[in-house]
Amino acid sequence: MTIELEQHIDPKLYSILEKVSDPEIPVLSIMDMGVVRYAQVIDNVVQVKITPTYSGCPAMDVIGDDIINAFKKENIEAKVSLILSPAWTTDWITPRGRVALEQYGIAAPLEENADKEALLGNKKIIKCPQCGSTDTKMISQFGSTACKALFQCESCLEPFDYFKCLK
Amino acid sequence: MEKENLIQYIYGIADNALILGQRLSELCGHGPNLETDIACTNIALDLLGQTRSYYQYAAKLAGEKVSEDDIAFLRTERQYKNVLLVEQPNNHFGYVITRQFFYDAFHLLLLQELQNSSDETLSAIAKKAIKEVSYHQRFSSDWIKRLGDGTEVSRQKIQEAVNDLWKFTDELFQLTEDDKNAVELGIGVDVSLLKEKYYQIVKETLEEATLIVPELKWFRKGGKEGIHSEHMGYLLSDLQYMQRTYPNMKW
Repeated sequence: MTIELEQHIDPKLYSILEKVSDPEIPVLSIMDMGVVRYAQVIDNVVQVKITPTYSGCPAMDVIGDDIINAFKKENIEAKVSLILSPAWTTDWITPRGRVALEQYGIAAPLEENADKEALLGNKKIIKCPQCGSTDTKMISQFGSTACKALFQCESCLEPFDYFKCLK
Repeated sequence: MEKENLIQYIYGIADNALILGQRLSELCGHGPNLETDIACTNIALDLLGQTRSYYQYAAKLAGEKVSEDDIAFLRTERQYKNVLLVEQPNNHFGYVITRQFFYDAFHLLLLQELQNSSDETLSAIAKKAIKEVSYHQRFSSDWIKRLGDGTEVSRQKIQEAVNDLWKFTDELFQLTEDDKNAVELGIGVDVSLLKEKYYQIVKETLEEATLIVPELKWFRKGGKEGIHSEHMGYLLSDLQYMQRTYPNMKW
């Protein structure tokens, strides 16, 4: 386990890494997710370092294999390792990733400057991805995967996933 | 610090996460309703993820002579250093929530200190886990309040669990020899210093839940030294079954 403070990615590797998607949220590439912290070519081998969204995220092993396979298709050898620090935050999801989440029906996490009261359900500012209303309520702090909570829209009555805000 | 001391210190933290995670996993498909079932198994997943980070580090320190799986599945009962609290059975949902809350309140205080550890890896694991455990504590303390200030039956059941599990809380603040060594070197956390803050948090939450704070002065301990309650053997036989029956099996 090593520590990688700044994201450090060789621009030439972007196009291949972009093709790997999050297995639990297939509309998101791992680049949009912000889990790739390092990718450099060293002695003809691509070294990739990824960081988990949650410690127990079962998608990490799959993502590692998918990265290796994506490079293999281009006849490039890749090695993947896991890093824990700095810990992943939802602020690393790219603007494009946030749009993709919304279109997929998952409310995007609150942005950096958002009111923390909203997280506790004391303020209603989380927008329903179906109808856009902010008249929503939290049903459960935990949802279908470690990174999501369950909400319901009081306006259109549809339940929806909310990507938990992790700081 | 001797490597073996550090490894034992890591077990002292990680085993709590493993065993509590195992208890919560038992609720998979058996939670009182869908939301709480999913919540408990999500918390279990976080705890098992944290456990893996700790065990992978311990395996590395041991020169990779053992793997994370060996550490999780092939030690004997006395080699597990978890506190008695986390191995207590689920009984009913009141027990699940009380055990969780009693542990979460401690866990968060511990991690807030462990993130300042001079050991880079332990500090990184703690920083990651804090974010998850804050969520756990919000869940468990919400439920303490909901059940305590709920119906007559829910109140009676949660009070029963609080009274029953209270005797396991003091052990959280006991310092073992490995703890003392780790503290001296700036790696470990002096858990005895967390005690006052802990009981303050617990009492505030119980009072908000209109529950009675037990006045019990007699406490049980032993888990941190490997002397467990009668529940531990059953838990381990469940946990270790696959690795013992089919040695070296992998996913």
